Amino acid sequence: MTSSAVRSPAHRAAGAPGHRTLLTSAGLVVLLAVFAIFPLVYSNPLATTYGFDALIFIAAASAWNIFSGYSGYLSLGHAVFFGSGMYTVAIGAQDWHLTGDAVFALLPLAAVVAAAVAVPVGLVALRVRRHTFVVITIAIFFIFQLMAFNFSFTGGTSGIDAPILNWAPGTYNDPFYYLAMVIAAVTLALSWLIRRSRFGLHLRAIRDDEDRARSLGVHPMRVKLGALVVSALITGLVGGLWYYFIGAVHPQSAFDPLFDLQLALMGFFGGLGTVFGPALGALILEPVQQWLTVQFTNDYLSEILLGAVFLLVILFLPRGVIPTLGERITAWRSRARDRSVSETTADGGAAPEAAPPDLTAPGTSAGAPASRTAGRREGTPS
Amino acid sequence: MTAELRTEGISKAFGGVHALDDCSLTVAEGSITGLIGPNGSGKTTLFNIMTGYERPDSGAVYLAGQNITGASAQKVFGLGMGRTFQLTRIFPRLTLLENMLVAAKPSRERGGLLARAGGTVDRRRARELLEFTGIDQYANALAGTLSYGQRKLLELATVLAADPAIVLLDEPAGGVNPSLIQTIAARIRDLNARGTTFLIVEHNMEFVMGLCHQVTVLDYGTVVAAGPPEIISTDPRVLDAYLGAALDDEPSPDGADA
Ligand SMILES: Nc1ncnc2c1ncn2[C@@H]1O[C@H](COP(=O)(O)OP(=O)(O)OP(=O)(O)O)[C@@H](O)[C@H]1O
Ligand SMILES: [Mg+2]
Repeated sequence: MTSSAVRSPAHRAAGAPGHRTLLTSAGLVVLLAVFAIFPLVYSNPLATTYGFDALIFIAAASAWNIFSGYSGYLSLGHAVFFGSGMYTVAIGAQDWHLTGDAVFALLPLAAVVAAAVAVPVGLVALRVRRHTFVVITIAIFFIFQLMAFNFSFTGGTSGIDAPILNWAPGTYNDPFYYLAMVIAAVTLALSWLIRRSRFGLHLRAIRDDEDRARSLGVHPMRVKLGALVVSALITGLVGGLWYYFIGAVHPQSAFDPLFDLQLALMGFFGGLGTVFGPALGALILEPVQQWLTVQFTNDYLSEILLGAVFLLVILFLPRGVIPTLGERITAWRSRARDRSVSETTADGGAAPEAAPPDLTAPGTSAGAPASRTAGRREGTPS
Repeated sequence: MTAELRTEGISKAFGGVHALDDCSLTVAEGSITGLIGPNGSGKTTLFNIMTGYERPDSGAVYLAGQNITGASAQKVFGLGMGRTFQLTRIFPRLTLLENMLVAAKPSRERGGLLARAGGTVDRRRARELLEFTGIDQYANALAGTLSYGQRKLLELATVLAADPAIVLLDEPAGGVNPSLIQTIAARIRDLNARGTTFLIVEHNMEFVMGLCHQVTVLDYGTVVAAGPPEIISTDPRVLDAYLGAALDDEPSPDGADA
């Protein structure tokens, strides 16, 4: 086929996104630097606790998004993986009599156990879709909470205390903070890589139309289960780290329905299925929630306020901050471009169909390579 | 003449409705075969059975001689049979280019599982097909922003991306404006000339009679006639079962080009 017509649109398309990638990467480097310096500037343990919390939720919300955001299967049962990670480390440290720093060696095990738990959970829950799926994940969540309450190896209601770490109180939070920072950064990188990969494309095709995807050779079960396992792996890892930081595990804190709501809220707030939306949601909402908890010592009040935030987000930002902002910018840009195009070319209405924004490059005079485009201009006046 | 696709005595009932009743048909390799029949005669159900979306109560489906009865939709696609849907289906929140890459095989370029979707070859082919169907100027737009007719073209293009041996089209001209119908017919002819076999369900008789080498007529889930369009359009049983007033004037063999 005509190579010139193939080459030039690709060239044109390469310009803008390349520019955007550069900007995004620069922004991320700055953000990472800010996070890295934060404990040095605000060494107050309260500040680093806030920071740690935010990082944990950046990782957890992004992990949740890798499954729920990309596939469209909304899980309200991710606490199952978080709790599995917590209990794995707790039970491992207890049974193998690990103390001090040695306990950190159990973190990979927490990830592996959570991932292993995701396999049967996924094989059951992923047979159904939409609302039924959400309900099943909630049911599975309660089964796990019940098990934690009733089994003896979980310590029942009294839970399991973590071994004491003999770290200096002034910098006690720092290792936690930096570990969480690394996990959050790796999770975001992974999320970005997955989204643009064939795996991620298949996930998003499933989100849009699962049955149609099958007719193009997508294996839905494999893809969905794969995403759930990756998501659970990170969530379990984060749970293991959380356990140490909190210093104990109980059924209510390991399998906490609020955790699931938070992940979903952060995802919806920032933008479901975008790479950075859930992280943005976590970065904004987690400190807000912490602050509310501190302000209103009454537990219920902060939860009611969290619910209200959820409602506001669904009502006013149904698609989340990042997609909404992106739309505004695209609309603004195309308006600016339309102005400049109508100034340069005499026959303004070159595109007969409602041309979607974002693709026809501003410099149409330089392009116009496709003979068909030229032909159309001569042939049809509209 | 070898059979690319063949069904043998397919029956399928939904509750009390016999959608298909001992339905046997053959699609010759390299042909454009039409499948016509009144509403509810079982055309879409037959498509669903042939492409792994539905299991027949009895009977068998053969693709290039291989029995594929009951194989999953994704397996059938892997064996070289693609399809479109009566109610056009695209991925609205993916860009056109991403829509095109869904069917691409795993890329053998470096990066493994996390490599970017679609290698250089796949992307070039995707571009070419978008250009072939005349929607390449929207390559980076979300598919949900396309008009109905453009969606039909995109759906066809995505199916072609994996270079299937046979393509099943369910009403490719339904609800599409006349000039676009001609574009679609011309593209089908081009592809057929390059060796792709087609089975097409369509109510637009001019389109079917102008495009197809063979036409099979379905009525109440059973094949009542099969043959070249000239014969079918004058077959009294067919006129009786279905065509009736629709074919008052003689169809010209290349009616779709007119
Ligand atoms: N999933 C289903 N459940 C129940 N009945 C069905 C189902 N699918 C098809 N049918 C019935 O089977 C019969 C054949 O339907 P089918 O859709 O195959 O017809 P068609 O020839 O494609 O019609 P049209 O030209 O209107 O598209 C109809 O009576 C229809 O109502
Ligand atoms: Mg039909």
